[in-house]
Amino acid sequence: MTTVEKTGNRRLTPEELEAFGAELDAIRQRIVADLGEKDSSYIYDIVKKQRSFEIAGRALFYLPVIGWVPAVACLSISKILDNMEIGHNVMHGQYDWMGDPDLNSRMFEWDNVCPSDQWKYSHNYIHHTFTNILGKDRDIGYGILRMDEDQKWHPYFLGNPLYAFLLMIFFEWGVALHDLEVENLVAGKRKLSENAEMHRGIMKKVKRQALKDYVLFPLLSGPMAPLTFLGNATANLVRNIWAFNIIFCGHFPAGVASFSQEECEDETQGHWYYRQLLGSANITGSRTFHIMSGNLSHQIEHHLFPDLPARRYPEIAEEVREICERYGLAYNTGPLRKQLTGVFKKICKYALPDRKSRATAAPAQGEPALEGVAA
Amino acid sequence: MALDLGGRILRSRTVAALASPHGIDRYLTQINPMLAAHEVRARITDIRPEVSAPGAPRVATVTLQPTSTWRGHRAGQHVTVGVDTGEGRRTTRVFTVSSTEGKPGEPLAITVRAHDDEHATPYSISKYLTERATVGTLVHLSQAEGDFVLPDRVPEHIVLISGGSGITPVMSMLRSLQRRTHRGKVTFLHWAPSADRQIFADELEEIRHQGHGIDLHVLHTADGAPYLSPALLEKLVPGYRDVPTWACGPASLIEAAQAAYEGTDSLQVEYFKPPRTAGVAGGEMEFATTGRTVANDGATILDQAEAAGLTPESGCRMGICFSCVTNKSSGRVRNVLTGETSELPDEQIRICVSTPEGDCSVDL
Repeated sequence: MTTVEKTGNRRLTPEELEAFGAELDAIRQRIVADLGEKDSSYIYDIVKKQRSFEIAGRALFYLPVIGWVPAVACLSISKILDNMEIGHNVMHGQYDWMGDPDLNSRMFEWDNVCPSDQWKYSHNYIHHTFTNILGKDRDIGYGILRMDEDQKWHPYFLGNPLYAFLLMIFFEWGVALHDLEVENLVAGKRKLSENAEMHRGIMKKVKRQALKDYVLFPLLSGPMAPLTFLGNATANLVRNIWAFNIIFCGHFPAGVASFSQEECEDETQGHWYYRQLLGSANITGSRTFHIMSGNLSHQIEHHLFPDLPARRYPEIAEEVREICERYGLAYNTGPLRKQLTGVFKKICKYALPDRKSRATAAPAQGEPALEGVAA
Repeated sequence: MALDLGGRILRSRTVAALASPHGIDRYLTQINPMLAAHEVRARITDIRPEVSAPGAPRVATVTLQPTSTWRGHRAGQHVTVGVDTGEGRRTTRVFTVSSTEGKPGEPLAITVRAHDDEHATPYSISKYLTERATVGTLVHLSQAEGDFVLPDRVPEHIVLISGGSGITPVMSMLRSLQRRTHRGKVTFLHWAPSADRQIFADELEEIRHQGHGIDLHVLHTADGAPYLSPALLEKLVPGYRDVPTWACGPASLIEAAQAAYEGTDSLQVEYFKPPRTAGVAGGEMEFATTGRTVANDGATILDQAEAAGLTPESGCRMGICFSCVTNKSSGRVRNVLTGETSELPDEQIRICVSTPEGDCSVDL
C-alpha cells in the first residue's frame, strides 16, 4: 500500500485530527453562509456557454471543408462542459440550494452514456465516502487496473497500460460499465439479476446518445452525413480522453496515499478530511483550464467539500494549503504534465509484480517528510 | 396555425431526441424565457393591492401572462409558482388561482397574502410577490392542479364556504359562475377576522347589492359572529346536508364543516394548511443520514427535522409539490391530509405531511 508514511506524511494525533477537522468545518460554514448571486450567475453563465458551443458545433458541420475542425472543437468543449463543470458538479448537489429544478442533483441528466442515478450512487456515495480505501473505493483502478501495490498482482495486470489506454478511449463506457461491478460478477459476489435494472438504464442512455449523435444529426446534415457522424464521434472521443486524464490525475499521481479498511473503521470527521486530503491531488493551471476540468484540478478541495460550488475551490485552496503547512501535511499539486507522468509510471509499475520484498517495503517510522511534494 | 405547427414540431419525438438529455426547453429559454415547448413560465402584467390596512399583512392580486404551454385552469384549482427571490435562490410555493376559469394561454391571476417564512432567504415568496416583484418579473409555473373544482354541470343549489384566504378558490368559482350565467342558487358563507382585512371587499359588496342569485353571508368573528356549526348551517341553508357544498379554509373551519356534513357525500374540501391535530407524540424520531435522534413530538417530520437544525429540501409544505420526498427506512407514519397510516419499510414519503407514530427513521 502507498501508506501515509511512504508519502512522506505523518499521522496526526487524535487531538490534532480534531483541530484539523474543525478548521476545515469552519471553511465550509463560511462558504455556505456566503452562497448567493455570484454563484448562481456563474453557473447560469457556464450553462449558457455550453449551450452556445453545442449549437455552434452542430451548425458548423453545415459549412463544407473549413467548418469541420471548428465544429468538432465546439462540440468537444460543449460535451466537456456538460459532463464536468456542469454535470459532475450539479449532480454533487452543489447547486441544490438555488431551488432551480434544472440544476438540481436529483433531476439533472448529463450527455453521457452513464445514467445519472447510477453514477451518483457509485461516485457520490461509494467513491466520495470511501475514497482511496482499498477494497471499498471502486474507483481505484475501476475494477480493471492495478493502481496500488496492495492490489494483488496477477499475470492479467501485464496488460495494465493497454487496459488504461482502452479505458481512456472508451471512458464514458467505462464509467457506465464500472457501475455494473463486472469484477464482482466474475468473482461471484454479485448476481447477474442485480444488474438487469441497471443494464436497462444504461441501454436507454446508449440509445439516446446513438440516436442523437450517430443517426439524427448526421441525417439532418444531408450529403455531409458521414462527416457529421465522424465529427460527433470525435467530439465524444475528445471528451473521453480529456475526462480520463483529468480524473486519473485526481487520485493516482505520485505521492497520493491509500488506506486500509482497518485504519478507517469508526473514522472521525477529522480523519475523513485527512484521508480525503492525502488521497487526492491537484493540477495547476489557468482559469480556463480549471473551468474545462470542472475544477477537478482542485481535486483536494473537491474531496474535502464535494457539495460546495466548484467555483469556490480556488479561493478555498489558499486556506487549505496554509492549514496543511501548519499540520506538516503534503499538499499534492503540480502541472498537468508532471501529474500525468506520475500516473503513467504507476500504471506501468503495477503492471509488473512487486520487485521489493515485503520486509523492506515496511515503512520506516519517523521517516522525514518528503520535500517538494507540496510544490 | 403556424404557431401551432411550430409547437407540434417542438414537442415532437424527433426534437426531443435531438435535444436529449436536457430537453428543448433548456435551449429555448436561452433565447427567450417566454419561449417554451413543455414548461410553463409567465410574466407579471399587473400587481393590484387588495388589502393594505395598517398593521395587516399585505394582500395583492398578481396577474400573469403565461407561455402558450399553459393549458388553462378550472375554478378552484391551484398552481405551483417559483420565483427568483434574490441571492441566487428560487422559492416555490402553491397558490390558488383567483381569476375566472381560463382557456389555454389565457392570463391568470393569483391572490397572495404576505407572510413571513422563517425558512426562506432572503424573502418569502409571498412577501416578494406582494412587496418587491414588478410588472415584467418572470415566474415559473406548473400546470393548474387539484380536484377542488366545480363540475361542468353545476347543480341547481350549491353552498360555498370559505375562511380567511380560503376565499380565493371560492371567488374564482363565483366569478366563473357569473360568467357562465349560472341561473341556480348559490349560498356563500365566508368567515374572516374583521371587516378591515377583508380580501375582495369591493367585489363582495357589489355581490351583496346586486344579488345575482347569490345569497352572501360574511361573518366577522372579531365582531362576535358565530362560527360554523350544524345549527347555523341549518338556519342559513335549511336541509344543507343534501346541498352540494365546497369548503376551503383553515383546518379548524374544515374540521367543523366535516363534522357538520358527517355521513353525507355532499361536502368537498380543500385545506390550505394541513390540520395540526393528527400527530401522536412519543417514541424517537431518527434522522439516519446525519445520525441525529430527537424525541418525537408529534409534529410533521419536516418540522421536526428543521427543529433539529437540519435543512431538508422542501417546497409547498402541504403535500403537493413532492420536493420533500424522502426515504423512510422504518416506522409508522400518518399522512395528515388523509389520516392514512403506513408502516412499510423503505417507503418514499412526503415529510411535510407525515407525522411519525412512535419510533421512526428517515434518511435525512
